[in-house]
Amino acid sequence: MAKNDGYISAKESRRISRENRKITSAMEKKKNRKRVDPSEYETCMKDSNNILEIDDLHTFFFTDIGTVKSVNGVSFEVPKGKTVGVVGESGCGKSVTSLSIMQLVQRPQGQIVSGSIRFDGEQRCIDIAKATTSVMQEIRGKEISMIFQEPMTSLNPVFRIGMQLNEVLELHNPHMTAEQVKARTIEMLELVGIANSEGVYNMYPHELSGGMRQRVMIAMALCCDPSLIIADEPTTALDVTIQAQILDLLRGLKEKINSSIMLITHDLGVIAEMADYVVVMYAGKVVEKGTAAEIFANPLHPYTIGLLASKPVVNKKVDRLYSIPGKVPNPVNMPDYCYFKDRCEMCVEKCSGPYPDMIKVSDTHFVSCYRYCDGGDK
Amino acid sequence: MKKFILKRLLMAVMILFFVSFIIYALMRCMPMDFVTALAQKKAQSGAGKSVSEWIAQLNAVYGLDKGLLQGYGSWIAKAVTGDFGESWKYTIPVTEKFGSVIWYSFVLNIICFVLEMAIAIPLGILAARKQYSRTDYTITTFALMGISLPSFFFATVLKLIFCVKLGWFDLFGVVSKYHETMTPFMKVLDMAHHYILPVITLTIVSIGSLMRYTRTNMLEVLNSDYIRTARAKGLSEKVVINKHAFRNTLIPIITLVGGMLPGLFSGAMITETLFGIPGIGYVSYQAMVEGDIPFTMFYMLFLAMLTLLGTLLSDILYAVVDPRVRVH
Repeated sequence: MAKNDGYISAKESRRISRENRKITSAMEKKKNRKRVDPSEYETCMKDSNNILEIDDLHTFFFTDIGTVKSVNGVSFEVPKGKTVGVVGESGCGKSVTSLSIMQLVQRPQGQIVSGSIRFDGEQRCIDIAKATTSVMQEIRGKEISMIFQEPMTSLNPVFRIGMQLNEVLELHNPHMTAEQVKARTIEMLELVGIANSEGVYNMYPHELSGGMRQRVMIAMALCCDPSLIIADEPTTALDVTIQAQILDLLRGLKEKINSSIMLITHDLGVIAEMADYVVVMYAGKVVEKGTAAEIFANPLHPYTIGLLASKPVVNKKVDRLYSIPGKVPNPVNMPDYCYFKDRCEMCVEKCSGPYPDMIKVSDTHFVSCYRYCDGGDK
Repeated sequence: MKKFILKRLLMAVMILFFVSFIIYALMRCMPMDFVTALAQKKAQSGAGKSVSEWIAQLNAVYGLDKGLLQGYGSWIAKAVTGDFGESWKYTIPVTEKFGSVIWYSFVLNIICFVLEMAIAIPLGILAARKQYSRTDYTITTFALMGISLPSFFFATVLKLIFCVKLGWFDLFGVVSKYHETMTPFMKVLDMAHHYILPVITLTIVSIGSLMRYTRTNMLEVLNSDYIRTARAKGLSEKVVINKHAFRNTLIPIITLVGGMLPGLFSGAMITETLFGIPGIGYVSYQAMVEGDIPFTMFYMLFLAMLTLLGTLLSDILYAVVDPRVRVH
């Protein structure tokens, strides 16, 4: 029908947006409630070694041309003190997953529809997917913090760096005095390798370079000693030399405050350097996950193999860098078979069946592909 | 900063010089000038002289027998000393006439200005926060109605309802019949009472554009990365909107507000005429159509000065709210 070309009639669009509004306003109402019984969002972790467990998460965008299933059944864990890398091409749902953890998905269109995000907080374990906005405000910046992709635009241009950092500290540590807050801010700026910390304290964002701004963002993310840091492509906008410095910095800081990092990137080099575990996402689903060693030495899913093949390697001569053929399917109406089938070069007969389940290859290695159905147990 | 302001002021003087010259030249080029109209009237009243004789005589009296440059030269030579001459139409010094009418307009406009700010900006922010909701649609529709309503129509409807049907207000004027016998406090109240309808008219018709402007800017700011950062810090929605977003929305609004400064003094001709307020709008309009050069020159120059001052003011305020444009 017309929908397949990406065009829909105005009448249909109106009908969709009316329905969307009904759905989203109900969800918004639920999120904005003031007094909520804590039992509604408190839960317990399946494995106490994990800081974060994402279970069958669905985050949809209710747009006027239909529902976009950006995150469509994602499950993975972030163990305490470890780094988990999430890879995948643009638009595969990496960022939306991370924003879901912070409940920062563009509202009201973007909503967590089902699934759970269990987070092991300081005092209690919380299911973020069910938490209200006011509960989230206590967690954000204090227990989970986020480093964004765009250092150039992520700082408020009209406030001084010092004020923007102080704000987080004052918010989450009401007992601190103004001097203590300032001292801590300057200490944090020094920690992220800003030499002229007193000077930078009084500067505005536009007076700093991209790398410096990203350091400020990192300082902001770390100043409350969060137990989970989500770094959403923290080095994408920076040049390679700064990139290495920032990654070193993150790694060093992680050891210092012993927190977990969820590192989102499309750069496999960064993953290889930083991550203990790797999650490969494609079109809103996890296609393969395992330890970094397993993924790099023994990639199983055709998409992971393709990703690794399309990475340029130094000292290796190739005529043409490999690229995965085809393009990501239309997010509005996804096929009901394996999403990667149309681009896959290794299809087997079973592939036209329903979307494959996760198959356990080893204790840590999982893949969602029919090619491994016989070898592993379900 | 001092150097910047000084430079701008010097530039303003240059601009004023050229502006005044252009206005003078235009006034002299008007097809129906003051002298011709007066000459025709005098010739008809039958004093024995023909129209052309009267024109020649009156031209000499009003100083129009000189060329454009000489005429302008003698005007500006007097103007720089603060002498703007006598109004031809009102036959009293220009500044005196101006001073006697400007306050009616200024009070009207300043009240509208304050109300406009106080209503349009919060409404715009509210509409942006609840984009595509029922609140948003109601506010935008209301704003659009305000923009589209012609003030003469709206004023007439208001007068019909509140003056004629309900009898709450007087139809015309700024004071009531017994104004002279009142105590000073009652006089103020009496005038305020007469200003209610004009203020409502002007506010309603002008609120829309500022509200829409605020809404658009707020939407842009709310979708920016630093607002997401502010939320990621764990700040409450109130702080995010009122502190982080509002300061950034203010930047473009400041520019608009600077441009409104001359509007405070320019009067609202239609509204003033309809409600019988002896303000500058009507007076200056009359002076202009009748070719009253001294009055028009003074009035236009005054507005040009305010425009320049307004832009300078908005530039300075711009630097206050946006650290990126500060001059060091």
